[in-house]
Amino acid sequence: MSEQSSSFDLDSIANLARLELGETEKDSLRIDMEKIVAYVNVLSELDVEGVEPMAHAAALTNVVRNDRADASFPREAFISNAPETIDDELIKVPKVIDVGV
Amino acid sequence: MEKTLHEISKSLNDGAVTSVEVCEAFLGKTEQMEPSIQAFISVDVEKILKMAVEADSRRTRGDSLSPLDGVPVALKDNIMEEGSVCSCASKILSNVTSPYDATVVAKMRAAGIIPFGRANMDEFAMGSTCENSAFAKTANPRDTTRVPGGSSGGSAAAVAAGEVPAALGSDTGGSIRQPASFCGVVGLKPTYGRVSRYGLVAFASSLDQIGPITRDTRDAALLLDAISGHDPKDSTSLNLESASLADTLAEPMDLKGIKIGLPKEYFERDGLDADVEKVVDEAIAKFKDMGAETVAVSLPHAEFAVAAYYVIATAEASANLARFDGIRYGQRSVDALDLMETYLKSRGDGFGEEVKRRILLGTFVLSSGYYDAYYLKAQKARTLIREDFEAAFEKCDIMLSPTTPTTAFKSGEFASDPLQMYLADIYTISLNLTGFCGISLPAGNSASDGMPVGVQLMGPALGEEKLLSVSHAFETSTVYTQY
Repeated sequence: MSEQSSSFDLDSIANLARLELGETEKDSLRIDMEKIVAYVNVLSELDVEGVEPMAHAAALTNVVRNDRADASFPREAFISNAPETIDDELIKVPKVIDVGV
Repeated sequence: MEKTLHEISKSLNDGAVTSVEVCEAFLGKTEQMEPSIQAFISVDVEKILKMAVEADSRRTRGDSLSPLDGVPVALKDNIMEEGSVCSCASKILSNVTSPYDATVVAKMRAAGIIPFGRANMDEFAMGSTCENSAFAKTANPRDTTRVPGGSSGGSAAAVAAGEVPAALGSDTGGSIRQPASFCGVVGLKPTYGRVSRYGLVAFASSLDQIGPITRDTRDAALLLDAISGHDPKDSTSLNLESASLADTLAEPMDLKGIKIGLPKEYFERDGLDADVEKVVDEAIAKFKDMGAETVAVSLPHAEFAVAAYYVIATAEASANLARFDGIRYGQRSVDALDLMETYLKSRGDGFGEEVKRRILLGTFVLSSGYYDAYYLKAQKARTLIREDFEAAFEKCDIMLSPTTPTTAFKSGEFASDPLQMYLADIYTISLNLTGFCGISLPAGNSASDGMPVGVQLMGPALGEEKLLSVSHAFETSTVYTQY
């Protein structure tokens, strides 16, 4: 909890978030993120000794449905949203494996 | 044709008007207002009129699905409607057609309510101005040089401009209540879990809730009745029997004996506009005249709410928005050479500035080395904030505050300072962190700029009945919401 603020490494966080950023965009984001992170650092002043974290507004329990076959959505309705398809049947994706290495 | 759902419903059921006539009137008003307001991303006239014809023929046959059969209600563009593009006002989803209906839409259809247009919003519901839309900047119908608020700004503006009698919005940190306040209409955030989130594109799953934006409290109750209830498709949906809330509003409630809590931290702070405070004070005086008692209450951790909210909401958003990767649906970059570049470029190009800021913050607070200091800490702050609210509700029935510290912002006011925009969420975010319910209702206009001021009433978990009854009693004694 000690080394906060100015620890926001934009390039590394953007890479984790899988966001490609332009150079001008980075300049303004760096300023914004510094300010925002500095602001949320107010949390470091809060004494939370013995306080349980709250993940959700409602007490959650696992919900299971009966193991029974049910109607599923029409395939075409989903495939038609794909950026690229093969014969409207399969979703085409960019190269995953680099054969040359 | 500036009418409420209950008035339209009565006219339809009395045979004084048909659904086609009602829809044509609102479509006409929409056509007239849209060039200056831009509340909608799209309105499918043919589809609306087709549903209106069907509603009319059901009514003629005596087969109406409900008293609301044939009334139009707008949908925020993050609520899925089968066969319509659901873009969340984002470039990355601009070509994605919903393969199915959200549960709220299915419930609307089951009651005969007609989905009327896709209302504009801040991209992925992130923002307080409706300026973060990839498609249009919606204007505030009360003053088009100002924003309608956000993120459900299109929904609120459409109702305020009379383009539609009511709309659905979603509220993750005030996104229903704040635009309702800015536009002078009623906005209700239900208790978390009362309304199914199935088919609502997720922003922050532990905070998101769908709710109505309407002209009055009765309509908010009617619409909430229509869309709420347990849904097996949403594991966080509450399983409870609920009597009709609209029925409880038949007569205005007697406010004698009702205790209204005034959180001192919400009034004693810099940044609360003096003219907003004046209108809120007048509303408090009115409640007292009507027999309610006010009590001072305290929310000691109020100053940590904005920070806790932005850590939790962005953490959840960074995970929820990871699914938009250009692979299975949505925009895919054509310049990418491999899979990694596809992710980086599709997301870098597809998301707008504010969404990027929030994904970055969320990724940061969840990243190794920072999780405990930010995310875990914020979750503990959330517990303390909820305990504050629970303690306060032991001393009062409902709490009252301004909905927002100021009236509607001028367009572009926060373009260079997003943090200032976040800070303006101070009064609304805690109800999302706690999961409790709240309503913003018009209480008058600011003396300095003439813009509407909203008063927020806050209730405990599942406290909607009292919340709506008190709101309704206030409304029947004022002129502000009488259109």
